[in-house]
Amino acid sequence: MTAQTAPAPVKDPEPERPAEKRSWWRDDATEPMRRNLGLVGVLIALIVVGIITKPELYSDGTWVRNNIFNILELASVIGVVTVGMTFVIIGGGIDLSVGAIIALAGVWSTTLATQDYGAGGMIFCAIAVGIGVGVVNGILISYGRLVAFIATLAMLVAARGLAAQLSDKQTQVSTSDFINGIAANDFLGVPVLVYVLAAVVAAGWVLLNRTTFGRRTVAVGGNVEAARLAGINVKRHTLLLYALSGLCCGIAAIMLTSQATSAQAAMANLYELDAIAAAIIGGTLLSGGRGTIIGSLLGVLVFSTITNLFAINNLSTEAQNMVKGGIIVAAVLVQQVQFKSLSQFLAKNNKITTS
Amino acid sequence: MKHASDLSRRRLLFGGAALGAGALLTACTSNEPDEPSGGGAQTVAAGSNANAAPGEKVTIGFSAPAADHGWIAAITKNAKAQADTYSDVEFKTVEAGADAAAQRSALQTLIAQKPSIIVLLPHDGKELNAFGLEAMKAGIPVVNLDRAFPDPLAYRLQIKGDNYGMGVSAAHYIIDQMKAKNVANPVIGEIAGMDELELTQERSKGFADTLAQAGFKVQNRRAARFTADTGRAEAAGLLQALPKMDALWNHDDDQGIGVLAAITQANRSEFIMVGGAGSKAAIDAIQADNSVLKATVTYSPSMASSAISLARLIAQNKGMSDLVELQVPKEIILASETITKENASNYVKLGF
Repeated sequence: MTAQTAPAPVKDPEPERPAEKRSWWRDDATEPMRRNLGLVGVLIALIVVGIITKPELYSDGTWVRNNIFNILELASVIGVVTVGMTFVIIGGGIDLSVGAIIALAGVWSTTLATQDYGAGGMIFCAIAVGIGVGVVNGILISYGRLVAFIATLAMLVAARGLAAQLSDKQTQVSTSDFINGIAANDFLGVPVLVYVLAAVVAAGWVLLNRTTFGRRTVAVGGNVEAARLAGINVKRHTLLLYALSGLCCGIAAIMLTSQATSAQAAMANLYELDAIAAAIIGGTLLSGGRGTIIGSLLGVLVFSTITNLFAINNLSTEAQNMVKGGIIVAAVLVQQVQFKSLSQFLAKNNKITTS
Repeated sequence: MKHASDLSRRRLLFGGAALGAGALLTACTSNEPDEPSGGGAQTVAAGSNANAAPGEKVTIGFSAPAADHGWIAAITKNAKAQADTYSDVEFKTVEAGADAAAQRSALQTLIAQKPSIIVLLPHDGKELNAFGLEAMKAGIPVVNLDRAFPDPLAYRLQIKGDNYGMGVSAAHYIIDQMKAKNVANPVIGEIAGMDELELTQERSKGFADTLAQAGFKVQNRRAARFTADTGRAEAAGLLQALPKMDALWNHDDDQGIGVLAAITQANRSEFIMVGGAGSKAAIDAIQADNSVLKATVTYSPSMASSAISLARLIAQNKGMSDLVELQVPKEIILASETITKENASNYVKLGF
């Protein structure tokens, strides 16, 4: 579902030279918008299928609103994780441990001792555990020179083991009304978790598109050697990327704990694959150097809409997974076609060869 | 100059945050409940009959998957707690590892220690059938716990829950409630466990078969993964699909925590819910009667305690004192009982 389903679009023979007259972000801002059109199309098609197959549900206005929020809530936790994952992949890495980090952070923050510190303690604990594990990943990869795949795979196993140990293999029920209320409450008619997703996506977008950190991430993922020669501290930057992914996992752990009012060592199972798949179908290159936060968000929304579509039509999870696989392939194919035509368009108009 | 001061400030902040996190995390490792009743209760049979009297010394080997699910955790705890009640039992346990192959090799080390009898909850009965045959051939009786061996020669005793019966009990309760409420054509939902497991399929079949006898059927069925987060996610979808519902059966009380959370978050209360397995949290909620959860059907990990008790009797060549037979029977299937508000107090001690 990961590497083999993500045939990388033909990559530039050399990183895009920033054209003299165009600032770096203008290229990035217009290209992905076009590439994401395919995903928007898929999303609209899915919604239309939903309306056609279950018109009786959609005839109620309240239901439509509730279902849209339901889809967004379904997307919220994995969306937050995918933002972190997008940074890691753009930076040329991969993080297979995100699901395990969520489980560890969730379980640790719901242990009985941690709950004594109240909601603030639980939130701090989840985020600290997330960042802490991310930093360990980062140190292993950048300073320990371990391949990201191996380091995070090892962390996946170890973190779940520690989570099982800490939780005594029992489901840890959250007794904090504040934590449990995060998922249960609305603000101005919109579920709180949707705001959290929006905030993380907005922060991720700003970080990637409007800061030096974002530029460095693209540079490191595009060409490590060139980035190093350009004066970027590649090791430190890589460490920060995994810490950022860990931070997102910590936030996601609180969100998921709030939704399920509990945490368990087996929670967030296979979230790493969902997050990687969402980032990839959102246009992020698995080889690094290219990707967008909005694309990743669209990828997540496509998944959650499929899940919702299958639930309302009472179709099995197995069929859902098969369709998910098909959608991943289809979305990547659509993007490849779009990317190719865009490249031709750019080559024709701007004399920039991007194919 | 500015650059340097920025860095030092950053380092200071980072160092402070790391120290703070470390201090809090160190404090946050205890998971002991304040009250003894706060965690999963261990189920042991006190043993007041003649069989409880100390007899010949026996060694019971035990192996169960090291799963991260509350039910499996309770199985291991119950087995150990029951063994501890007997002064004539030496209890040797081996971790089952990640899969059937790992459990098989762990069990080989157990055989080398020559126990009087082995009690095991296999990853999969079919996959460990050969081990059962081998142990029985070597003269070590095998007690299969819950996941049946297909070959009767592979075990001396099989003790298991009734998965089909769980579905039957849940359906009977729902049928009775619907009749009492005069609902002729109820909308019924089902949140199953892991669909690839035979036990889930049996539960769903028992449920559907029994409902069909009353002319009812399941309108929407979602399969979760026995965890609270997957239970919540599937329940959220099911609640959207069924804007009005009369009854819901959730196969597992652990994932039921998430299912109940989804119901609360959706502000739904027009239906009744039946759980599965009989966790302490579910029994407490049924007793409190302040949620849609009105009943749960048992699949109790107390069967591990019974398995150890019976393994001891088999090893000591004794029978069950309440039976006329001189030996322990070959197969025992527990009944799936229905816990409601009325009888919940009887079951609290079995909650895990």
